[in-house]
Amino acid sequence: MSENGHDHPHPGSGTGKTTTPHALRIRAMEGLLVEKGVLTEAEIQDRISYMDSRSPANGAKLVARAWTDEGFKDRLLTDTKSAALELGIDASGPVEFIVVENTPEIRNLIVCTLCSCYPRAILGRPPDWYKSFEYRSRAVKEPRAVMREFGFEPSENVEVRVHDSTADIRYMVLPMRPEGTEGMGEEELEGLVSRDSLVGVAVPKNSANHE
Amino acid sequence: MIFAEGEAVRVRSLEKSGHVRTPSYVRGKTGRISRLLGGFKNPEDLAYGEYDRPEKELYRVAFRQSDLWRNYEGGPDDTLVIDIYEHWLEKA
Repeated sequence: MSENGHDHPHPGSGTGKTTTPHALRIRAMEGLLVEKGVLTEAEIQDRISYMDSRSPANGAKLVARAWTDEGFKDRLLTDTKSAALELGIDASGPVEFIVVENTPEIRNLIVCTLCSCYPRAILGRPPDWYKSFEYRSRAVKEPRAVMREFGFEPSENVEVRVHDSTADIRYMVLPMRPEGTEGMGEEELEGLVSRDSLVGVAVPKNSANHE
Repeated sequence: MIFAEGEAVRVRSLEKSGHVRTPSYVRGKTGRISRLLGGFKNPEDLAYGEYDRPEKELYRVAFRQSDLWRNYEGGPDDTLVIDIYEHWLEKA
């Protein structure tokens, strides 16, 4: 008998040293689902590999292209999945995506108050703070305080627009291109786009101006 | 019930338990339909293995933050947009 209580090793258990109650429960459920033939270990492994292959760099690519190609920006805002596919990012799957654009008048912020809905098919797994009770409760109620803590609160006459993703749509922010980046190429621009700016808690900065 | 973009709606205060996707802070509040998202299977059914139930229309509903929270800190134009299934909405 192995340490997981069954006669077979579990995929994704890595070091096998995870012993928190939640982790143990997940391992037990995983084992049962495989035993009962609901899932195969290969399917679980495929899913883990898929998730590992997603990252905020995908979001940065989409944003940098949108900043440099107006036509692409329109497609990103109207049909996110096919725009992503143009850059080789496969976000196909049952959930839909909406990209919301920051403008001089509107600053967007994404949250999922009920759980941790996040554009995983593009950006990968959400950061821990995004899943925290504190962020989920405060982002809807005091978004400006949250933005302030992350470093930049918009002025009073800018509309702060919070998106609570409670259902089948996943949201991503298209931040504004920072000033003074006119000469930059796409790759350099990608470097300015942080994960936090895709969630809307931060805005991209032209590091040349801020150091 | 089908709602149109721009229409004023109130979120119903249904006493439902289980896998409900309408958070309590918008229940009883009035906002406006900002976008029609189309038909989706209802998570309240899916969570319990009822895959054959009909789809529900899903809407983006926009609220003024000052209508949601007492003493909201921020501009009067600040908004919150949330996705709500049709059976949680009524005409306001």
